[in-house]
Amino acid sequence: MSDLPAFLLEDDGGGEHSFPGTRPALICFIKEDCPTCNDVMPLIEALHQELGAAADFFVVGQTAEGNRVLTERHGLTVPLLNDESLKVSFAYDVEIVPTLHLVDAQGRSSRKLMGFARDEWRQAAGVFAEALSLGPPAVHWADYPEWRPGCGSRSADPLIADRLRAESENSPLRARRIEVGAGDDEAELMFDLGFSDGLPLVPPTPERVLRMLAGTGRDAQEVVATVAPNMGEATVEKVAINAVMAGCRPEYLPVVIACLEAVCTDAFNIHGVMATTMGASPVIVVNGPVRERLGMNMKLGALGQGSRANATIGRALRLAIRNIGGAQPGGTERSTLGNPMKFTMCFPEWEERNPWTSLHVERGFAAGDSVVTAFAMSSGPTLIVDQDARGGDQLAGSFGLCLDSIFHPRAHFATETLLVIAPEHVDTFARDGYGKAEIRARIQAVTARSIQELAADEVSAVGFKPAVIEAMDEQALARKLPKFRRDEDIHIVVAGAEAGKFSGAFHGWVTGEIGSMPVSKIIEEA
Amino acid sequence: MTTILDPTDERVPVERRVTPRSGRIAGNVAFLDISKPKGNVLLDRLEALLKAQAPGIQVNRYAKPTFAKPAPSDLRAQIAKDNDFVVEALAD
Repeated sequence: MSDLPAFLLEDDGGGEHSFPGTRPALICFIKEDCPTCNDVMPLIEALHQELGAAADFFVVGQTAEGNRVLTERHGLTVPLLNDESLKVSFAYDVEIVPTLHLVDAQGRSSRKLMGFARDEWRQAAGVFAEALSLGPPAVHWADYPEWRPGCGSRSADPLIADRLRAESENSPLRARRIEVGAGDDEAELMFDLGFSDGLPLVPPTPERVLRMLAGTGRDAQEVVATVAPNMGEATVEKVAINAVMAGCRPEYLPVVIACLEAVCTDAFNIHGVMATTMGASPVIVVNGPVRERLGMNMKLGALGQGSRANATIGRALRLAIRNIGGAQPGGTERSTLGNPMKFTMCFPEWEERNPWTSLHVERGFAAGDSVVTAFAMSSGPTLIVDQDARGGDQLAGSFGLCLDSIFHPRAHFATETLLVIAPEHVDTFARDGYGKAEIRARIQAVTARSIQELAADEVSAVGFKPAVIEAMDEQALARKLPKFRRDEDIHIVVAGAEAGKFSGAFHGWVTGEIGSMPVSKIIEEA
Repeated sequence: MTTILDPTDERVPVERRVTPRSGRIAGNVAFLDISKPKGNVLLDRLEALLKAQAPGIQVNRYAKPTFAKPAPSDLRAQIAKDNDFVVEALAD
């Protein structure tokens, strides 16, 4: 039983050569543009003439044209076998040419040599001849260089190797393969097949998906989430395909997986977030050391375009929900207006610029953990402009006034907010000893309105209805309600450029058990 | 030729068969309120109209815990088990 892979290759004349046979064999991988291979071709020819009657010779070339050139250049009679597909070279894990295998009659490898070292080849040829009951081959060894390094095998070229790995029998890929016709454009085809969010996609070729999978240590077929509304099974491979299309680098994949794990929970309720006519979307905040490793942008323009990691991680999440979960506009995605966050919205917190507790620590994780937190937000970031406040009371007061309009100024206890406080505003708060608790309390204080003030009237029909108001006594009508049901519904992170007294607020969706709650997940890095 | 990998869950949607229509309403009719405001107003009015036209029917009322999430599977099973027809009040 051979311990080497079997193969069937053709020579230039169409003759078939199969391994293993019944005789001892010499297998040698070569390529035409390798100087060392050219040095040893006369030697292989000489060995073939000496030993070819008693042993099989498989001289495997890596291009058909190269084989023709070598045969002519060196006047060879030994047939060169065509491995232009490189599948045999790949199966033999050839890294260097020439690589020589000497094989016994049972097909077992007795010797493997890489590159050329004259004494080694001489000794190996002698042993091989002896096993054939022949004397040492009559080769004029002095004609050959003492030592030559080999050249890289074409099958080890990174681009080609990824393709060969994808096509090999133990490829981790199981997804359906879609052949793009010669006259078809893959970018257009992906639009036509409904894979796109409306922007061009990177074609998820098997090579690219394999490279993406290298970003995680998890098995390609592990199911990481069940994605509503179709309850599609998101395997690591399927997430990787969508991450390729979004433009991610392999090291982003663990973050994308954590995002999907976070939103595909009953607490986050991605089904409702996608289906609602209000038009909510996941907003992802990244915390921990992974931010620096991926080069995420937490500073100037953190919530905008320009950072590949920020942009493509958020986009990969949305594409996965669209393609694996089937949430497509007009289908189960029913947003009246939609919003640009539905393309992507992911940014890291600038923890080092945050004088308070960072988001993930506040939510129970260690500072050294890398964590994603998903929020369901219906709009944002809307700007909070205050260039005048010199203290925490006034600045948090401005925050409250701006937040009062979320949904509707009379909509109290209805939703939550994610505040992104810019460094200059952070400094104003910090100078005044303002922490997160003080900011939250001040926002609740300045937004508190009596039920009487929140009643529907001739200006707007939104608010407590007349029948409800009429049933209340004076004391009940005077009861004040802050904007948010709980202080914790005001989530606070720090990001943005050093310059500019402009903070941002994301406006929430339906909060709590009946809608969506923020969910954090640890990022399991490879 | 370029090969790309399918990014979807690769499931072919199962076509649900619509129950044959008998042309008449009888037996138990489920009214499912999805818990959006005023769904009950719509269903109350519909119940009155339906009972006037099909006097023998029994209307059973159900409600989803929240409009924002799919109906729990137990509730769906209960409705299917106890009823011949379903009316769902979708929105406000």
